[in-house]
Amino acid sequence: MRKQPLAGAAAISARKPLGMRLSEDFKQNKYKYLMILPVLIYLIVFAYKPMYGLVIAFKNYRPALGIEGSPWVGFRQFRLFFNDVYFWRLLKNTFSISLLSILFGFPAPIILALLLNEIKNTAFKRTVQTITYMPYFISLVVVCGLIKTYAQSNGLMSQIAVQFGGQPQNFLMNPDCFYPIYIISDIWQGIGWNSIIYLAALTSIDQEQYEAARIDGAGRFQQMWHITLPGILPTIIILFILRMGGILNVGFEKILLLYSEPTYTVADVISTYVYRKGILNGAYSFGAAVGLFNSVVNVFFLAVFNRIGRKFAGMSLY
Amino acid sequence: MEKRLDRKRRGTSAGDVAFNLCNGVIMFFLMFVTVYPLYYVLCASFSNNVELLAHPGALWYPRGFNWGAYRLAFTHPLLLSGYRNILIVLAVSLPLNIVLTLFCGYFLSSKNVFFKKPILAIIMFTMFFSGGMIPGYLNIRDLGLYDSLWSLILPGAMSVYNAIICKTAIDAVPDSLIESAYIDGANDIVIIFRIVFPLIMPTVAVLLLYYGVGHWNSWFPASLYIESNYNLPIQNVMRAILIANSNILNSAATENDKVNDFAETIKYSAIVITTVPVLCIYPFLQKYFVKGVMIGAVKG
Repeated sequence: MRKQPLAGAAAISARKPLGMRLSEDFKQNKYKYLMILPVLIYLIVFAYKPMYGLVIAFKNYRPALGIEGSPWVGFRQFRLFFNDVYFWRLLKNTFSISLLSILFGFPAPIILALLLNEIKNTAFKRTVQTITYMPYFISLVVVCGLIKTYAQSNGLMSQIAVQFGGQPQNFLMNPDCFYPIYIISDIWQGIGWNSIIYLAALTSIDQEQYEAARIDGAGRFQQMWHITLPGILPTIIILFILRMGGILNVGFEKILLLYSEPTYTVADVISTYVYRKGILNGAYSFGAAVGLFNSVVNVFFLAVFNRIGRKFAGMSLY
Repeated sequence: MEKRLDRKRRGTSAGDVAFNLCNGVIMFFLMFVTVYPLYYVLCASFSNNVELLAHPGALWYPRGFNWGAYRLAFTHPLLLSGYRNILIVLAVSLPLNIVLTLFCGYFLSSKNVFFKKPILAIIMFTMFFSGGMIPGYLNIRDLGLYDSLWSLILPGAMSVYNAIICKTAIDAVPDSLIESAYIDGANDIVIIFRIVFPLIMPTVAVLLLYYGVGHWNSWFPASLYIESNYNLPIQNVMRAILIANSNILNSAATENDKVNDFAETIKYSAIVITTVPVLCIYPFLQKYFVKGVMIGAVKG
């Protein structure tokens, strides 16, 4: 870190031969390198080794032969996937779930932050905040377990449906209900937590603007629309770019917990397919190929949206 | 009188009152839908199994108060092994997480290090690209970690995202403090634990919360890497009970455990037991959330 040699010494050292500078660097920073060593070992073993393991996407991997010994098959696994009967369904479901989550899930915390901002009673505001953060700390397994219990044909949701003249049914088995259940529960779990960042952005808005607006006769909605919203717009744009960049990152753990064969038509996404084919059926190479396809498309979207962000908002992630 | 004046100054009009009223109603509704599903669980967990099954609608109080389900949940061998496993994972993981994150953050925050750029690139690249599920799974098998708790500890030893949060916190430590420590003859390892660590305690608290909640709530890695029931952490036991509706509890029960008598209520009591510890911790760290979330989102 900050062990800076004197300015003069730095100028001299820049002119020294490379070997000398290296040995000085190691002498000066040996503890720093010693500290980063375990981190690098960790990343090599648990991040880069699996990346190397992706070569099985171009092989016909058999556990007995190992990664090295398995025969190369080129792009066969990818061709298999692109010609798979489920290919378009997986693509459609992945994008549908992702885009619907963005459409409904992205504005929700912004609206909550705007409304929280209008609460003048601090104790009440804090209470609302603490309570809405709560679901974020409940595990996905428990949340999905609750959804499953409430969605049963004799559960709470059916009771409510009957009140409104509907039929009791198992909602999780109905493909029409899968997206609403998925998205509403997502909002339920994340709305409070995701509003934190907008609330933080709100604190930097100049309070005098509100004063001026009031004098000019602006109502609360007008203040919200013309002052608060523009004030947090940069934050909104950054988070939107981030979210769009991860468009293929659907919450597949949640889908895995909630879906079942009757809802595969709408709920089966690329990652769940990788899990079923790769892990459950043991088609490792095929699963790795599908996973690689997913990663590459993801990186592509991230780069595209980062560019868009840089161009139109002057903001970039890297 | 004073209140009215104050109100006048703030310009409380009929529109304002209506706005506040609507806002309040929305907030109460939001709090209700957030809390009720959990309140239902609490009521159900203290209910009598038969009465609960006979009463499918909303619950406002326990039906036939009874804590047999808790007695069972606290003594059932599979749930106990689930708690034991997750506690082992936490006890080993958290110190490892914090030390690696501190080391990484300290390195990334340092200046005048010759190989910083390439090392930074190596670290950041893993945020954008990964081998994915299948190579990760095969890697764990190759390393011989399959069906061992190490498979839940080592792959999550550090999160780059958290390391960047940590780096930003260390950036804010005054350079002069560290320089004077160098002059006193301290090396980087002494500095990190004696000077940096105490100064960034709030960030460390948030990191502990992130890592801790992450481990406590994680289930997918264990479903890939753990085979034997008695090595499963608690969330995977919960998954078997809640999602798969498996009779895992029955088959693992000893003779005198009457799992069937509590088939419904034990689900709810297990939910309460696994959820309450986390829910008791987070309100105390709430004031630090903003910091952690802000840094993460802007720099991530």
